[in-house]
Amino acid sequence: MAKVIEGLRYSESHEYVRVEGNYGYVGITDYAQHALGNVVYVDMPEVDDEVTAGEEFGAVESVKAASDLISPVSGTVVEVNEALEDEPDLVNKDAFENWIIKVELSDASELDNLMDATAYSAYVEKL
Amino acid sequence: MNNRLYGNLIFELSKEGRQGYTLPKNTYSHKTDELPWALRRGQEARLPECDELTVIRHYTNLSHDNFGVNDGFYPLGSCTMKYNPVIDEEIAALEAFTALHPLQPADTCQHALGLYYALQQSLSELTGMKEFTLNPCAGAHGELTGLMVIRAYHESRRDTARTKVVIPDSAHGTNPASAAVCGLEVVEVKSGPDGLVDVADLARLISEQGPSIAAMMMTNPNTLGIFEHDIPEITRMVHECGGLMYYDGANLNPMLGVCRPGDMGFDVMHVNLHKTFSTPHGGGGPGSGPVGVRQGLESFLPTPRVVCTGGTYSVETGQYEQTLGSVGAFFGNFGVMVRAYAYILSLGRENVKMVGPLATLNANYVKESLRDVYELPIGGLCKHEFVFDGLKDKSTGVTTMDVAKRLLDYGYHAPTIYFPLLFHESLMIEPTENESRDTLDAFIQVMRNIAEEAKAEPDKVKAAPLTTPIGRVDDVLAARQPVVTYKQMQPQA
Repeated sequence: MAKVIEGLRYSESHEYVRVEGNYGYVGITDYAQHALGNVVYVDMPEVDDEVTAGEEFGAVESVKAASDLISPVSGTVVEVNEALEDEPDLVNKDAFENWIIKVELSDASELDNLMDATAYSAYVEKL
Repeated sequence: MNNRLYGNLIFELSKEGRQGYTLPKNTYSHKTDELPWALRRGQEARLPECDELTVIRHYTNLSHDNFGVNDGFYPLGSCTMKYNPVIDEEIAALEAFTALHPLQPADTCQHALGLYYALQQSLSELTGMKEFTLNPCAGAHGELTGLMVIRAYHESRRDTARTKVVIPDSAHGTNPASAAVCGLEVVEVKSGPDGLVDVADLARLISEQGPSIAAMMMTNPNTLGIFEHDIPEITRMVHECGGLMYYDGANLNPMLGVCRPGDMGFDVMHVNLHKTFSTPHGGGGPGSGPVGVRQGLESFLPTPRVVCTGGTYSVETGQYEQTLGSVGAFFGNFGVMVRAYAYILSLGRENVKMVGPLATLNANYVKESLRDVYELPIGGLCKHEFVFDGLKDKSTGVTTMDVAKRLLDYGYHAPTIYFPLLFHESLMIEPTENESRDTLDAFIQVMRNIAEEAKAEPDKVKAAPLTTPIGRVDDVLAARQPVVTYKQMQPQA
């Protein structure tokens, strides 16, 4: 059973965003890491890149497949999780702890378009 | 069985000073120091040094570790690993074909140009397309060429806003990759619960983005092996918004002799000669991906072309104003075309009609014989292939990967696994039309045995393969720290 954490916002493409102030930490959910299997590479944007809600900002590669990362929010990348460059399997160890990018949000109202933990749990349940 | 000594790497068998050849005495006066610096090697090439017998034993032993259609059943879904009949090889080995030079005068190779021309016509007849080019060297090359034709068509009409290609979410990754290489943007259309293109989602896409849609790419049957019965409606919708329909020939096999992409409303398509027309593939080729177009698009096809005038064949390149030009060297992989044409002729007009139905029958027979122990996410009739979502009983912890590895122990090539991505434990089986009922029954029995083993001895299945020269490969390590050359294996100095 995939772990879902209260207080985060979730997208249908299985990214989450953890909001702190005007910043959002974006990663893939526990369900996503489990479905992907062993992650071998995380393709991340660079600091100062712009990301747009609903659009691709990178990719995760596992032994099974390569999947695009779709940003749940719009804004500017202020930090990337460099630890994933050497240890992409951190995503498998704890997907929620090991976020991928930190974004300065340009439009906090976009968060309303995302699911809360209850809605995402129900969504995953049906898949 | 691999001999331990000769199964070592050829570099490990190398002994300084050993050789299996003698070079003729150098009678030329040129010296290496006459070469420009940029062309000279900075250090020795470090080639292995072995006697002839060691080389022969090494490669013969390696070949025993190989597995092909000629070794056993090879149900690799989405790849159509059908048998390549010996007669194809005999014809392709004729000196009249092997000793050709691509630049020899047309009047000295009428037989080869004639074969190219006749194969084009056979493909047109089998697919319902007006004209073919055989020049693309592989399926993906065909896709790119086909999309370039579509792009050239829109540009010729000054309809330059059409930059998007609609691709179903079940499609093979090659489709979006080809679209991207052609400079087009991919828009995904969803599948419904029946595995088919969701026509309502397509309608939404078209209403939102119609004027920017250049084409829709589809396979039919789709990647799940299911026939897209809404295809007339889909082609009508795409044509009405001004886009063209592209048919990916990856799944043409079950259609062969039964129905034709041209009649379904497709405008451009490619054929994988190395799948549907039996020519050998795997290991990277050579392949062949002829591209066919409906009437009205011929002028965009690449050059060179083979033209027949009054029974004489000639090579034409210059006079086509709208052509894409060359997409590769000369006429593509000619040897593959010889095999494909031999295959078509040896089957003949009547027998070719049996290919699709027999491929479909074999796939359905295997599917129905196993669906009580393997999870079948989408029921009903399939075409040439189908997808299981792992074992029905998931409680054992035995995954699709384990089942595939265990099959190797029984002497079978594994099916395609973890593709398509629509399911978590995809196991994609395509038997092809060539297999006898005995072969299929034996495979079904082995698949059932593995399902039993998964319950009784799950650890054994998870440890498979146990009998192959190389055991379970650590694919995570291989992906994270790939060692792809012998030099990388050397301890760092």
